[in-house]
Amino acid sequence: MFKSFEPNKIFAITSKAPKYILFLFIIFLTVGLTEALILSPEDYKQGDAVRIMYVHVPAAWISLGIFSSLALLSVGSFVFKNKNFAIISKSLAPSGFIFNIIALVTGSIWGKPTWGTWWAWDARITSMLILALFYAMYLLAWRIYEDKDQVIKITSMIAILGAVNIPIIKYSVEWWNTLHQLPSINVLSNNSIDISMLIPLGIMTAAFALFSLLIFLMKYNTELIKVKNKGLDRL
Amino acid sequence: MINEIISMNGYGVYVWSAFSFTLTSFVTLYFVTKLQLSKEQKRFTSKFGSLNAKKAKVARLQNINKEILLNASKI
Repeated sequence: MFKSFEPNKIFAITSKAPKYILFLFIIFLTVGLTEALILSPEDYKQGDAVRIMYVHVPAAWISLGIFSSLALLSVGSFVFKNKNFAIISKSLAPSGFIFNIIALVTGSIWGKPTWGTWWAWDARITSMLILALFYAMYLLAWRIYEDKDQVIKITSMIAILGAVNIPIIKYSVEWWNTLHQLPSINVLSNNSIDISMLIPLGIMTAAFALFSLLIFLMKYNTELIKVKNKGLDRL
Repeated sequence: MINEIISMNGYGVYVWSAFSFTLTSFVTLYFVTKLQLSKEQKRFTSKFGSLNAKKAKVARLQNINKEILLNASKI
């Protein structure tokens, strides 16, 4: 079933793709930054501070998306006993962690002019901090444990356990009374965000997604070469 | 115009620091990842170079090894 995704077959693609992805990322980022910092309007309540949304929201979305992927791949790794799933997860985690940190830091910076504080132990912010801790544990486990089978089991358990936090992050603003605002974008109902802000947000999200794809491909190639290096030792 | 973009009605320090932090994180992660990749490619090339003719012939049978050597020669 997963034979067409075997590393030997896809390396030819993954090794060439980064330069094209980097090119696309630079184009999207340039357009996105121009829209976000210059062309998009200021908010009637928050003024120009709203522009922080264009880095904060995509970073939060992508870090959540990547962690959900880690959990799904971990389940796949347990069910199908496919080690390539573990390599994919390991390659996805660093960009997910960085996006998580970006979401926390830019959220903190945004908090000062809007809430009057850099930090609050509010449900959304705290659950995002917990996600960062799960990312840190996941990445540390890959560094600490040397036995391949053991590290795959441990990291998979961390990812599956951490996935419990994902719905908590998503619904925290609805379940609890938080400082953090309710979601402005909803796939199933009407958005409360104007199209003039939605377009730059979409472009910045695409740019961030391209960046995470770029880092993923570079990390994935690094991991494949590591495997092949071990293969040369066994010859 | 330039002053307006920089000051952003008093919010400039927050907006610019958030964007600067994001872009600095991107640049750092990109170069760290690139460095790790090129280090691993170099290690592979030197290991491959130290193989005897018989082992090198076996290793060359795998397409992925040829691709790695090809990419390593470009860095």
